[in-house]
Amino acid sequence: MEKHTLSVLVENNPGVLTRVAGLFARRGFNIDSLAVGRTDRSDVSRMTIVVEGDKALIEQVTKQLHKLIDVIKISNITEDEYVDRELVMVKVAAEPSQRVEIINIAGIFRARVVDLGRKTLTFECTGTEGKITALEESLRPYGIKELVRTGKIAMLRGSKAVSVGGPWPRESDEE
Amino acid sequence: MEIKVADALVQCLERENVEVIFGYPGGAILPVYDSLYHSKIRHVLVRHEQGAVHAADGYARVTGKVGVCVATSGPGATNLVTGIANAYMDSIPLVILTGQVSTSQIGTDSFQEVDITGITMPITKHNYLLKDPLKLTAIIKNAFHIASSGRPGPVLIDIPRDVANMTIPFKYPSNVRLRGYKPTYKGHPSKIKEIAALIGKAKRPVIYAGGGILSSNASGELLQFAEAISAPVTNTFMGLSGFPGEHPLFLGMLGLHGTRSANMAISECDLLIGLGARFDDRVVGNINKFAQQATVIHVDIDPAEIGKIIPTNVPLVGDVKQILNSLLPLIEKIDRSKWLERIGELKGQYPLTYCRGEVLKPQFVIELLWNCTKGEAIIVTDVGQHQMWVAQYYPFKHPRTLVSSGGLGCMGFGLPAALGASLAAPGKPVVLVTGDGSIQMTMQELGTMMEQGLAIKIIILNNYALGMVRQLQEFYCEGRYMSVNFKFHPDFEMLAKAYGIPGYTFRTEEEVMNHLPEALAKPGPAIINCIVPVDENVSPMVMAGQGIHEAIDCG
Ligand SMILES: Cc1ncc(C[n+]2csc(CCOP(=O)(O)OP(=O)(O)O)c2C)c(N)n1
Ligand SMILES: [Mg+2]
Repeated sequence: MEKHTLSVLVENNPGVLTRVAGLFARRGFNIDSLAVGRTDRSDVSRMTIVVEGDKALIEQVTKQLHKLIDVIKISNITEDEYVDRELVMVKVAAEPSQRVEIINIAGIFRARVVDLGRKTLTFECTGTEGKITALEESLRPYGIKELVRTGKIAMLRGSKAVSVGGPWPRESDEE
Repeated sequence: MEIKVADALVQCLERENVEVIFGYPGGAILPVYDSLYHSKIRHVLVRHEQGAVHAADGYARVTGKVGVCVATSGPGATNLVTGIANAYMDSIPLVILTGQVSTSQIGTDSFQEVDITGITMPITKHNYLLKDPLKLTAIIKNAFHIASSGRPGPVLIDIPRDVANMTIPFKYPSNVRLRGYKPTYKGHPSKIKEIAALIGKAKRPVIYAGGGILSSNASGELLQFAEAISAPVTNTFMGLSGFPGEHPLFLGMLGLHGTRSANMAISECDLLIGLGARFDDRVVGNINKFAQQATVIHVDIDPAEIGKIIPTNVPLVGDVKQILNSLLPLIEKIDRSKWLERIGELKGQYPLTYCRGEVLKPQFVIELLWNCTKGEAIIVTDVGQHQMWVAQYYPFKHPRTLVSSGGLGCMGFGLPAALGASLAAPGKPVVLVTGDGSIQMTMQELGTMMEQGLAIKIIILNNYALGMVRQLQEFYCEGRYMSVNFKFHPDFEMLAKAYGIPGYTFRTEEEVMNHLPEALAKPGPAIINCIVPVDENVSPMVMAGQGIHEAIDCG
């Protein structure tokens, strides 16, 4: 089954995350990852949702999401040319004697050291899911103490954009 | 000039032409009731909040307008939940107002606090927690718009007590601003052409029409359309009353307890035209055996319904009334006498039947009810066998004359919904057909009925059982009847008397024939207790896993 990345613009209202998450739960759709944050305008947030499923399932997910009043726009990014990134932070067990070796491995993935403990090393790394997974696998033999992934965010390539459109701030908002 | 939020709320309701509100007061909703004190809107005090929401629902089903109900926070709000779910499942437009504890107390488990917006998220079309008093007017405007447009549904607004007491400048917005909500009404022209062409080519078309026909007020168009293309029509339970029940093209209801002719026609048709219906599991039976020879056209206002259950050859999103109007001029009359002959044969071969005996049969009561009213009454039902007998034996004549809980199958809906129906159609006879089980779920509303002076005729098809479940146990549990037979009932005639309602008990055909017509004709309410056999089954019936054309007789 393929993975689809949906870029969903929503009203930045309280409870909107619950509405979306609740919809997935009760309709039995599985969320692979979910990243939420504001867009360039304070009244609109973007959810980047990765869902696994066949065409029919993705169609249902999209249609059901559209029924939520707070959902403004949905785009299946995966149907087009796109770039995606994920940020990971990983804390690895590292005796002082192993530090250089581990830093070299991490360097291959362009991971940067963000913290150094007596017996640990913490890296940050951004990249595609594949790269992040590869980094994780390479560090696993040393002992991963903690790992945090943000979930994927994605954008269409070129001049295409998934955005609300219209001027911002809206004139009418001042009334 | 600034006014109180609660006053502004009531003014908004007046602007939305709300004539009647069903509700029950309490502490958190106190400011709203204080504002209602000065309003010309009629407030109907029910006896339980579930009654308020079902009554608003019954009112909405009969009028097509948005039904409004109100309750206090906590238990008031939770008592609404069943009714909200019911309206959601049947796509009924409601605006529900609930009181909430003051904003400073929200989240502290304060007295009578529940998170009603959280609880009702999956069973409302949308809901609001009013935190910013300045948003009140826009929220009310949006709520009525959302409830009544597109695929209708319930919208809840939760109003904290302190917010209700704040003051705001009042200006009712003239239009809604909802960038995430724009229902499609007009069908895509190329699809409409495609459908017209398919109809032209079809030899054995069947129209399968659901509740969407009623919500879009398209009964007139449906009749024209069916006659124009010479196609038989079957209704879903929700679609009943959307097509004249005595019309020669009518096949009756399809599905689990549908007529054999409707179910057979579905399996023989080469073109299935679904209009405002959602291929519910009670309609479709075993999906792999449903309409196997047919090209499927599916017209619905809700895009998510299309392709949800079965693959569709031609999907068309839009309002069924508008779509039928665009489709009608493109239709060429073709001769389908062979197919209509076959339909006539099916109808002749498989009429609905039951055995009349020495005892009074429930089906007989319904047939007599038809003879007494001839479709000129609003029939409200509860849930169970009696509901299915109404669906089978009462050929509805006018749209919106059946008020019944379809999707949720909610026992206890009947009496409160009948209150709403009766208020919605003053002067029109309202008959509630209920069961001995169902009536006991919400019979406290008899008090409301009397207080409001409503002349509802209540027919209890009393089989001393939860008959529908009893029937399931007969077929699925080898007759191990567990908790379905009542060993005690109140004396329904005495109960009627306690409320000052004329009461009747009928045990034989002769008794009903002699007395039902006059009981129905007499002004004022009545409780008519009909004692019917416990072992009467709804027939035909499609067993789990079977195709609908494989229904068994279980009469
Ligand atoms: C609130 C609720 N609880 C349980 C059921 C399950 N149920 C469906 S029909 C039925 C029996 C209804 O009994 P009655 O009202 O006497 O109608 P009858 O089937 O006997 O005509 C029951 C218990 C239901 N539909 N609704
Ligand atoms: Mg019963």
